[in-house]
Amino acid sequence: MKKLLAVCLICFATSAAAQLSIEIAGAGAQRIPIAIAPFAGEGALPQGMSAIVRADLERSGLFRALEVPVINPPLTEASNVNYAEWRARLADALVMGSVAARPDGRFEVRFKLFDVVKSADLLGVAYTAGAGESRLVAHRIADFVYEKLTGERGVFSTRIAYVVKRGPKFELQIADADGAGEQTLLVSFEPIISPAWSPDGKKLAYVSFQQKKPIVYIQDIALGKQSVVANFKGSNSAPAWAPDGARLAVSLSRDGGSQIFLVNADGSGVRRLAQSSGIDTEPVFSPDGQTIYFTSDRGGSPQIYRMPAGGGEAQRVTFEGSYNVSPRISPDGKVLAFITRNSGKFQVASMDLATKQVQVLTDSDKDESPSFAPNGRMILLATVNAGRGVLFAVSSDGRIKQRLPYAGGDVREPAWGPFVK
Amino acid sequence: MRSIWIALFCAGLAACSGAPTTEQEPAGVEDRKPTAKPENVTTNPVQGKDLTGSKMSPDQMLKTGVLAQRSIFYDLDQYDIKDQYKALVEAHARYLRDNPKAKMLIQGNTDERGSREYNVALGQRRSDGVKKMLLLLGAKEDQVESVSLGEEKPRMEGHDEQAWSQNRRCDILYQGEY
Repeated sequence: MKKLLAVCLICFATSAAAQLSIEIAGAGAQRIPIAIAPFAGEGALPQGMSAIVRADLERSGLFRALEVPVINPPLTEASNVNYAEWRARLADALVMGSVAARPDGRFEVRFKLFDVVKSADLLGVAYTAGAGESRLVAHRIADFVYEKLTGERGVFSTRIAYVVKRGPKFELQIADADGAGEQTLLVSFEPIISPAWSPDGKKLAYVSFQQKKPIVYIQDIALGKQSVVANFKGSNSAPAWAPDGARLAVSLSRDGGSQIFLVNADGSGVRRLAQSSGIDTEPVFSPDGQTIYFTSDRGGSPQIYRMPAGGGEAQRVTFEGSYNVSPRISPDGKVLAFITRNSGKFQVASMDLATKQVQVLTDSDKDESPSFAPNGRMILLATVNAGRGVLFAVSSDGRIKQRLPYAGGDVREPAWGPFVK
Repeated sequence: MRSIWIALFCAGLAACSGAPTTEQEPAGVEDRKPTAKPENVTTNPVQGKDLTGSKMSPDQMLKTGVLAQRSIFYDLDQYDIKDQYKALVEAHARYLRDNPKAKMLIQGNTDERGSREYNVALGQRRSDGVKKMLLLLGAKEDQVESVSLGEEKPRMEGHDEQAWSQNRRCDILYQGEY
């Protein structure tokens, strides 16, 4: 019994640590103070509503949620706003809302956002959803608030994909951007790596070793159907979608050595993009589809290069250090994120493609697989913490770091999905 | 290492759980497994004269001698086949030459450091190197496939050179073994 208790305590300790998952570095971290009143009637939803909205906004590092006292009767989106009172509580913004059960078993969630400083009603939205969709509604509300107050699109309702290793099993999962609500797409006793979202967010390309060698597959998320994109003699790896969603760049060894090819999403029309005597892999398209960035050791050490997406001469992009790999381009096309090795540590760095200025963004030592949020503000990455793979997100200026909640198992290979309509 | 513990654990369980004995074991007989290695002795293989003249089947050959050796290890960032493994590759090339229907898969592996995808490419370079040598020694292209498992299938879990040196390797498998 004592033993059992000890195990439970460890579990609690872990989940408590997972709560403290955000770290904001540097002085002058100006966060918008926001009051999110508990939504009237939200107790009817198992996970509530306001707590998820608050956690989303706080996790972005741009908001500070204020304690809201218990108010009776509970505030709703229709309540009168006493701006002077909220100003006295030092709130710059206020969210009020309500949850009502409908006769058909679904819920109606309404909310409104107020600019307390300007005494202005910033409007709101009403959503009708099933109880199982309450997290999505909360993320949508957080997106609305985020966009109104920062001028930039929120990513709380987007999803992430990643691979969890549990003992001998590998699981390809997707989850909400906050790491909750995970769903498993594929379970295998052989490794799965390199998940990549189709631009419409409906499919994932990935590499599975289920046939004892790397083969590139696409899986339709809703249908769960797996289809082969590239299964040639040798290794088939590193899928990257073209922005048109019709083609992928992959690394194939079928002609000897790892080289970059283009292939249609249905596996047809394979053609080689470049010829080099070294390794060429990890292709990724620029958002305009015109350029492919990739890793190559043609110069003697692995470095990032770029070439026209139709093939052609490659230019070297990274020069500092002897190991720069895993290129990813920001959604605006201006920043290159990559993994760089500094005295044995593998860390996420960013390069301003105009000035070529490089900044190391993390202080961890086993970072892998960077992935930009679709609004470009955060970069999701895998790293190792206390011997186990975990997911982190770091802001593109390196100032905000957040650890995604403990998912159980060894988590790796994250990929941030696109905006969803 | 872990598998040893699991094995010991299982052995322990088996020992503890021992089915209720209805019969007493015969006394005075040593229970020795045929595979148990005698200690403090040296054994010399003596090739028996095969009077009937029947040859070892190809399958049997793969389980004996140099053909039973299936792993080639590498130094850090290296993919050249070290001299100590050349005899091994030569023997497998000879086998492929003598058995034109035999098919082989070479899986290249790396240690855990660095990008997973880049490691797939590095492991591929190792397995391509073995394939190239096999073809030079007379194996046929359609008999050999070289692939990479990157850092994904470590033989030894661990985060030190001892584990890494075990994981930088190529494994040779014949059809039916994968």
